[in-house]
Amino acid sequence: MVSRPNIHVKSKVAVVGAGITLFRRRMLETPRELAWEAARQALDSAGLTLRDIDCVVIGSAPDAFDGVHMKGEYLADGSGGLFKPTVRVYVGGGTGVFVPIAAWWHVASGLCRTVLAVAEEKMSHARPHPQGVFAYIWDPVLERPLGPNLLWIFALEMRRYMHKCNVSKETIALVSVKNKRNALDHPAAQAAANITVEDVLNSEVLVWPVNRLDVSPVSDGAAALVLASENEARRVTDSPVWIEGVGWTLDNTHWYNRELGYPRYVQYAARMAYKMAGIERPWRDIDFAEPYDPFDYKELHHIEGLMLARPCEAPKLLEEGWFDRSGELPTSPSGGLLGVGNPIAAAGLMKAAELFWQLRYEAGARQVKKPVHRGVAQAWGDLMQAGTVVVMGN
Amino acid sequence: MPDGGKKLPGTYLSEKDLRALPGLVEHTPDAKYMFSAGQAQSRFLQGLREGKILGVKCPRCGRVYVPPRSYCEYCFAPTGEWVEVSGEGEVHTAVVSYISTFRERMEKPEIIAVVRLYAPGYTGKRDEYEFPGMFHKLCGVSEEDVKTGRVIGMRVKPKWRPPEERIGSVTDIECFEPVKS
Repeated sequence: MVSRPNIHVKSKVAVVGAGITLFRRRMLETPRELAWEAARQALDSAGLTLRDIDCVVIGSAPDAFDGVHMKGEYLADGSGGLFKPTVRVYVGGGTGVFVPIAAWWHVASGLCRTVLAVAEEKMSHARPHPQGVFAYIWDPVLERPLGPNLLWIFALEMRRYMHKCNVSKETIALVSVKNKRNALDHPAAQAAANITVEDVLNSEVLVWPVNRLDVSPVSDGAAALVLASENEARRVTDSPVWIEGVGWTLDNTHWYNRELGYPRYVQYAARMAYKMAGIERPWRDIDFAEPYDPFDYKELHHIEGLMLARPCEAPKLLEEGWFDRSGELPTSPSGGLLGVGNPIAAAGLMKAAELFWQLRYEAGARQVKKPVHRGVAQAWGDLMQAGTVVVMGN
Repeated sequence: MPDGGKKLPGTYLSEKDLRALPGLVEHTPDAKYMFSAGQAQSRFLQGLREGKILGVKCPRCGRVYVPPRSYCEYCFAPTGEWVEVSGEGEVHTAVVSYISTFRERMEKPEIIAVVRLYAPGYTGKRDEYEFPGMFHKLCGVSEEDVKTGRVIGMRVKPKWRPPEERIGSVTDIECFEPVKS
């Protein structure tokens, strides 16, 4: 049903600039200041000023994190959105990759020639712990009476994946080891470290099978991109990075009515993006990937949803080093959410920004070893059902 | 980054720094909500009070929905016939939680599961992927049973609260417990 999107594109769309702030557990700057820092840096990197920007897209996850119930409007001034067509988009954890998707349609439709796309999250406001904020995403009648914690559903999914694919915690922990190590080369990183599988297994057990080091941290931070139409892009840069395909879809929130070992919503979104990009064999045509990794098993789950490996095949390829930065198909060369940090919407946009830097060969020490022509970034969110995918090429 | 890691904007605060800031306001929002259970869930909750687990069947595709909805998500048609399922099913996945909703360490861990319910006559075309099921607590099994994987696929049934304690909530089922064979 989602494999036949009726999409009509007036202009090719390129990414021409990117910016990011530090990701940290808590920051002095206000959400607006963080948004402004990232936006200003993205404009600088594109060689543009706010005057050159036609439209603004803002992404931020639940209002409750910042404690402000109108986050689009609240962030608009810091995001350069005043007196311009400005919109805020939100699909939970999927937001970060939904931001470039929404910015893409603004340009692809011919509505705007240039878009500033900004994602911000400040989770440190919530007391006693941002986990409490997640209490408000559950179904009020069927789920909340059980007193759930968000980690429950990830743990349930991880356990199912382990069972379905016969994967050990040791193997899954390798994702955390890889991503935290990759993040040592990322200047924004909050949770970069050289750790071992034993460190992961010996960290505090939160909800078995999830240990502390299987999970990305709580973070503050912002990221931004500048998108431009083909004409504008060629005018401002010699090395535009093209958005070749976008895809997004929702499954339903009745997550306990479906197989948890495979992310169908990611696959549907990926099919849409690949079709648009003319990709028939993603496992061959994609050079590197930034799959969403708020939990270590999630990267494997999403690699399979993105059809970069067959169902249940990702753990074996991981063990063989296939997904290392020097491997056949590097995944999360940035360090991902596990290593760079997880200011929710900003973390997803960080992944899209990583495609931009890698495809321009500007990723410095993080640059993947093999030549790269095409990458995919993906995020996932809300209550186990939003899938967002973007494919970029140089 | 193009600058290869020149200092990025942003100022990190430690917990101590944070406490020293002016303007930390201790405040508990006094927001209260009354939720309507709606057409399908109301009947489901009444069923629970009577010790029954009710579902609803789509007349077009044959999917059985537990918990029920008043429309089929796939056919976008109103659902029809109500069905009662026994409540027996098998454990799809289960975990042990050591933390509360607010991330505090709990004294006694809880076992949480997704139960795939048996529904005779379920003809959903994708019944390997979709199924009638409930999210609930598991009892009568040990942490060890969860960690070794013994519980996955285990046959379970609801453990009902006594009728006089039921209030028409998912908590009228205390937990799901193993079926003794």
